[in-house]
Amino acid sequence: MTGTLAAIGAGLAVIGAGLGIGRIGGSAMDAIARQPEAGGKIQTAMIIAAALIEGAALFAIVVAMMG
Amino acid sequence: MSVRFSTVASSLLIGFIFIVPCTKLKGQDEHHDATDALHETVDSHQAENGHDEAGDEEFNATEYILEHVSDSHDWHILTTKDGHHVAVPLPVILYSKQSGLHMFMSSKIAHGHSHQGFQMGHGSIEIVNKKGERVEKSLDGKIIEVDEHGELVEAGLPLDFSITKNVFMMLLSVIILLWVFLGLAKAYKKMGISEPRGLAGFIEPVILFIEEDVAIPNIGEEKYARFMPYLLTVFFFILLNNLMGLIPFFPFGANVTGNIALTFVLATLTFLITQFSSNKGHWQHVFATPGVPKPLLIIMIPVEIIGLFTKPFALMVRLFANITAGHIIVLSLISMIFIFKSIFVAVPSMVMVIFMDFIELLVAFLQAYIFTLLSALFIGMAMPEHHHD
Repeated sequence: MTGTLAAIGAGLAVIGAGLGIGRIGGSAMDAIARQPEAGGKIQTAMIIAAALIEGAALFAIVVAMMG
Repeated sequence: MSVRFSTVASSLLIGFIFIVPCTKLKGQDEHHDATDALHETVDSHQAENGHDEAGDEEFNATEYILEHVSDSHDWHILTTKDGHHVAVPLPVILYSKQSGLHMFMSSKIAHGHSHQGFQMGHGSIEIVNKKGERVEKSLDGKIIEVDEHGELVEAGLPLDFSITKNVFMMLLSVIILLWVFLGLAKAYKKMGISEPRGLAGFIEPVILFIEEDVAIPNIGEEKYARFMPYLLTVFFFILLNNLMGLIPFFPFGANVTGNIALTFVLATLTFLITQFSSNKGHWQHVFATPGVPKPLLIIMIPVEIIGLFTKPFALMVRLFANITAGHIIVLSLISMIFIFKSIFVAVPSMVMVIFMDFIELLVAFLQAYIFTLLSALFIGMAMPEHHHD
């Protein structure tokens, strides 16, 4: 039973991270389309933001695993 | 046309490469005995815990996947149909409080044999921890020391310094990196800065990329040079181990960057470098965050201190989780073939494995890049300039 609950928790964390990273990716696409010359900078900022969100999701998954 | 042919050929090749390690599954069970008919009726929960349950008909995906993503004392290659294991033995180095230092090859303790009182542990034991509570401790994959009655010795588990699968591949990657980079350094010394040729043509742009797009924007023009050796080492070490982890045959395929101990060490290095290279501004930011009202500092200081540790923690878990998850997905897809035993599953599964492998190729580069980028970012954040731009 705990295994199932942990899986649900991990799944919820992934949904959140997916939404977050999806939004970042979409916005970065928009930004690059509008200003292609700033592409490199936008990409770096995008990856950093995505990494931070991923970090939060990973915490949730670790907690789900331990719980 | 020729392009398409080469694509198909390489896909087939990769598919073949992934089939090879699975041949071991066919005759996996050497403990096959009359009780197997009984065991086959046990539910899947029990099958996960046991070692002997998986009969010829039963395929235990969990056990198979975990065996492949975890470290081990020998390098298992395949098991023939009649139950013979083909494995490359690796050196085992043990220090026991009771009997001192021991060194022997892992083949001596394979298949339940015992050597100098050492054998592979199975199941779990109950131990009393420091708080006086009784806790279960798993012995799977650990080497235990037993006395002549087959009981665990009182001194506990021996300290294990063995050259395991992961250690072996890590040493191999270190040798490759040293060979490549010392060779390149010598060539550059002799030729000077000129048009890069051969391997330099591949490595030089990567180094320049790390310098110009990772180090300089995040650390700053004046200070970045000091950190380039670390950033480049970490980048190429992670990259090479990620890539070698994707090659599924001996001497590659160990899950080195998907090992939490290794990522812990890498993250700790980043943490130490960040803290030791930090300047006054960094500590001011932690203990007296500018622009924050005094009462709020009661909350802010603990948050900032926790923040110092969560950053490397996230680095550690990110690399570990990404690489291990990638391996698990590929292995799960391969497991589908052995669960369903049908060509209609096998073919799509193979296609998916090839697809996942290309994703993994991307992830291998991406994770090495992200680890380096975030390391550079944390180092840069720990020494803020006084003039903000």
